[in-house]
Amino acid sequence: MTATPPVVQVRDLQKSYGSVEAVRGVSFSIEAGETFALLGPNGAGKSTTIEILEGYRDRTGGEVRVLGVDPHRGGLDWKARIGIVLQTSNESGNATVTEQLRHFAGFYPHPRDVDEVIDAAGLREKAKTRISKLSGGQRRRVDVALGIIGRPELLFLDEPTTGFDPEARHQFWNLIRGLKAEGTTILLTTHYLDEAAQLGDRAGIIVGGRLIDIGPLDTIGGADARVPVVRWRDGNGLVREERTSRPAQVVADLVASGKGAELEGLEVIRPSLEDVYLSLVRGHEATAAGNEAAMSAPEARPDPSRLTDKDVRA
Amino acid sequence: MSATMMGTRPQHTAPSTLALGLSRIGYETRLYFRSPDTLLFTFFFPFIMLGIFTAAFSSSGNIGANPDGTGGVNVGAYYLPGMLAAGMLLSGVQNLAVDIAGEKSDGTLKRLGGTPLSPLSYFLGKIGQVFVTAILQAGLLLLVAGLVLDIALPSEPEKWATFAWVFVFGVITSAFLGIALSAVPRSGRSATAVVAPVVLVLQFISGVYLQFTTLPEWMQNLASIFPLKWMAQGMRSVFLPESFAAAEQSGTWDLPWVAGALGVWLVLGLVLSRVTFRWIRRDA
Repeated sequence: MTATPPVVQVRDLQKSYGSVEAVRGVSFSIEAGETFALLGPNGAGKSTTIEILEGYRDRTGGEVRVLGVDPHRGGLDWKARIGIVLQTSNESGNATVTEQLRHFAGFYPHPRDVDEVIDAAGLREKAKTRISKLSGGQRRRVDVALGIIGRPELLFLDEPTTGFDPEARHQFWNLIRGLKAEGTTILLTTHYLDEAAQLGDRAGIIVGGRLIDIGPLDTIGGADARVPVVRWRDGNGLVREERTSRPAQVVADLVASGKGAELEGLEVIRPSLEDVYLSLVRGHEATAAGNEAAMSAPEARPDPSRLTDKDVRA
Repeated sequence: MSATMMGTRPQHTAPSTLALGLSRIGYETRLYFRSPDTLLFTFFFPFIMLGIFTAAFSSSGNIGANPDGTGGVNVGAYYLPGMLAAGMLLSGVQNLAVDIAGEKSDGTLKRLGGTPLSPLSYFLGKIGQVFVTAILQAGLLLLVAGLVLDIALPSEPEKWATFAWVFVFGVITSAFLGIALSAVPRSGRSATAVVAPVVLVLQFISGVYLQFTTLPEWMQNLASIFPLKWMAQGMRSVFLPESFAAAEQSGTWDLPWVAGALGVWLVLGLVLSRVTFRWIRRDA
């Protein structure tokens, strides 16, 4: 395993549009078979990064290797090894689902079976329907099907489930799990944190063109960001909260001090990936704002580590 | 589904550029006939115009008739070469310029650019589609002319040989010019607005709608810069009687000039296509 070079290697990636720096020194790598989720607010530089890796955009600085090749110079052989699911497009769609998949399968040296892909994408009933007649979610499934038809070693998924209903999203997750089981390496961007949690092995969070955190999904944000909160209603009906790494002890103490009475509205909340993500992003944005303010008033700088989940939920 | 998809399939070598080009021709041609706009404004437009001219001007007698009213050709026969030339121009320039500009802005090209499809295969598909549809269009026009409008078609093989080379040369030139022109519109939505007037003006000054020989000399000279005039002239040499050659600018059909002008535009179109085409508008 250790002998295999990373499928994606990004070092100090930079991209400017005129005077705007969209990506400012991002570094990460993705190992073979791994699913890596790239998260971040709109305009943070996710799509720019992924489009540089796909070969669509040129970079301003830094080094990029995708399957051992600089994407800027990636030829047809290289393109045959990757699969790309772009963000939504509005193609005229005059071909049927089967025609489109059969046609695209012909581009690749060893494509998947068209009927298997149609079944896997849940498009069997729409197989003979023109793509223009499909709903938004169904068209998105066609996008995904076209992305995997060439049996890619590396699959790019740029916000793949936008417009899916919950059932379609779960079906899609199963499809992706099947690809993972086959050893496909996946780079995913998404706005749905539960999706990242379901599919991802590791995640990177981009804010303002910088990678502010990277790590396995169950530890990202650090232990501190994952401290549970105990919440209950006190005798006066007021909601009380306590952040603690020992929630059971806190609950036991509360019960003891109330002489065994039930606690109204008792909850022990473990921060979800979404909570951790939001606290990281907001903490970073506060720091960025603080850095600007620091010019005149250094003491005005907020300490991101003091931000609690309560602040975040506000 | 993972179990079935895991089955490894025999390894194939990458499909050839030519094979993919042929596959693109089939795909593109099928989609052409599913696009109502293209069918009306490219495929059937010459039929509509030929019908209108024949209906409107037939009562004014034959064109090129002697003072005693004998000789000459009927209106439909006179306009047929121009409509064939217009069909070549529409099938290539208008069809591809609007089509490719649309594909650029709706994401089709971006998607293709991320696959191992060679741009050469893509072009083969486009040019092949133009060819197939232009042949069908011309064949149908000749059929309508002969059977419905009762226009006498030439029987000499050498006339049909001229028809063949003017047609092939003209259609390829049109296709390249269409690819080159597709780089001009800034969006798919503006493509028709950019392309249609160019094509329309060319048809008016090149002798498709108006009798070329009655146009003022400066307009004839202007039209001579562009390829449509030469396509129309080549077609007139096939379908009009020899006596009509005297009315041309130099008093002859000037076929070597037709070949020369189309050749120059072919090279120009090829170079412009090659230089301007991008899968996506690439930044920096």
